[in-house]
Amino acid sequence: MVIDATNRSYRAINNILRQSEGKFHIIGCCGQRFLGAGMSGRAITIDGVPGNALGAYLDGAGITVNANAQDAVGDTMNDGEIVIHGSIGDAAGYAMRGGRIFVKGDAGYRAGIHMKEYEGKVPVMVIGGVAGSFLGEYQAGGVIVVLGLGSAGRRIVGRFPCTGMHGGKMFLRGACGNIAFPPQVTARTADEADLEEIRGYVSSYCALFGCRLQEVLDAPFTVVTPDSKNPYQQMYVAN
Amino acid sequence: MQRQVCMEMGAFCFHTFSERTETDMKVEGQVRIPSGCAIAAVISREGNRMTGERIINAMKPMHERSNGLGGGFAGYGIYPEYKDFYALHLFFNERAARKNCETFLKERFEIVQTEIIPTRKITSITDEPIIWRYFVAPLKSALISQQLDEKEFVVRTVMKINTEMPGSYVFSSGKNMGTFKAVGFPEDVGVFYKLDEYEGYSWTAHGRYPTNTPGWWGGAHPFTLLDYSIVHNGEISSYDANRRFIEMFGYTCTLQTDTEVITYIMDYLTRAQGLTLEEAANVIAAPFWSTIETKKDETERKKYAYLRTAFSSLLVTGPFSIVLGFRGGLMALNDRLKLRSMVVGEKDDMVFIASEETAIRTMEPAAENISAPAGGEPVIIRVKDGAF
Repeated sequence: MVIDATNRSYRAINNILRQSEGKFHIIGCCGQRFLGAGMSGRAITIDGVPGNALGAYLDGAGITVNANAQDAVGDTMNDGEIVIHGSIGDAAGYAMRGGRIFVKGDAGYRAGIHMKEYEGKVPVMVIGGVAGSFLGEYQAGGVIVVLGLGSAGRRIVGRFPCTGMHGGKMFLRGACGNIAFPPQVTARTADEADLEEIRGYVSSYCALFGCRLQEVLDAPFTVVTPDSKNPYQQMYVAN
Repeated sequence: MQRQVCMEMGAFCFHTFSERTETDMKVEGQVRIPSGCAIAAVISREGNRMTGERIINAMKPMHERSNGLGGGFAGYGIYPEYKDFYALHLFFNERAARKNCETFLKERFEIVQTEIIPTRKITSITDEPIIWRYFVAPLKSALISQQLDEKEFVVRTVMKINTEMPGSYVFSSGKNMGTFKAVGFPEDVGVFYKLDEYEGYSWTAHGRYPTNTPGWWGGAHPFTLLDYSIVHNGEISSYDANRRFIEMFGYTCTLQTDTEVITYIMDYLTRAQGLTLEEAANVIAAPFWSTIETKKDETERKKYAYLRTAFSSLLVTGPFSIVLGFRGGLMALNDRLKLRSMVVGEKDDMVFIASEETAIRTMEPAAENISAPAGGEPVIIRVKDGAF
């Protein structure tokens, strides 16, 4: 079903989406917020730039954007997949607890902050380009992968990555000698077992955006994890 | 004291109310009203003039970032026929206030043109004050007797009217530029002021999202002084510290809105202290000490340290994204943590700045080089020399 977003509010578009499950193609999108919020059982393709909080609380639906996306993509999403054929704004995947976000290009500030996981439910975010500052701030679970493709000399991540990180894993493609990590995390070169963990995710990225898996993986990766289960126990009070 | 805090982060707005007093309806200035908001701006590097229609349309996809309690625009290059005169835009509560203020102006200025600012009657904008503009030049005799240069004289006059003449308020005082603001959604405010009939080489716009307001027109953005105008999305934590410092230098903050103080800080740093815009940006959005330490160039390191130390009271903390308009250019700046969104795009000689990419796409669907400047890194766009 094709939905022309021209002169339609986000409420009107979401109401159409809610009426039935299946495939939708939204055309002429320009800034409508909350698209697909909380939805499952749908495959939504969007032409044009959607507004903030795209796929917030997403619960299993698939969303593909053929352009850039703005702030707060996949906010607190629970399940499903968001694919962005461009770059994304700030605070992508904020507090996401399941599902996957694939971004062809760059991410803004605060991607993946407060990501969390529980037992088999592990959220994944793959950023093809570079990420802004505070990547994975307070990360509590899940996997963040940044590939730095097309970085053209830019740092793969801005300042203060992994601040307050206490769970999950972050993978950055490259040696990361120029990146300052906080003392409570360990950044080391990924070994084969580590890479095996993300092979599937990177393979999905390459299939979605058309690049060669072997070329992407043929580089050193840095893996970042918190030092222990409770690295901040002495920071405020003993707990 | 009632206090509202509205922090718009992504799509969400958190409201915190502390104790409310019996006298709930205070006028602006007695109660502090920070705001969330949408901003947008456009400039032609070639100095080509465009009507206000494009910037009005830019605000439409960002409608949800405002709540109808304030919208405004600044246009540069809009008064070429009076480009050598200060264009004073004033709100008056009543006719008597206007008469009184005009008498005061005549003692200080040669007034070459006096007129009502043209507006359209539209249902979405109501309760307008009396809105006039005056094209003026300071009287030589007044400058000599007060031993002031022209700009300082205009600044002091604006401050005097805004603090000592109840019912009169100067909301624009630059040359060949003008601010237009009201209580309402920005797209309606632009129609109200007939901005489609003005042509400027740059425009800025603002939609306001305070949680509560006495609904006074002067409280809308942009805030201006001389040629400077500021539109701002954010909530400044350091407002009182900044205000106490800047008021030592003859500025009076009449509104207690954080944006007003940034306007005065920029005027103080660049006009009074002679700093460049880049240096001023490194004062108000100074890098962290830990970031300064990592600078490899020693001269650069010393410069950052000097700016932080010499003007420590002008460090602006808390979330902000601002666009500063000035004669011949625009500067966009985020707080150093980048707690607000801001996107920049280009097409040919045009540069676009907005809280959201969709606002840029509305102005120019084929905009290129879309990017988000890093926190604390100013983006300065200038019109080529002689083209404004």
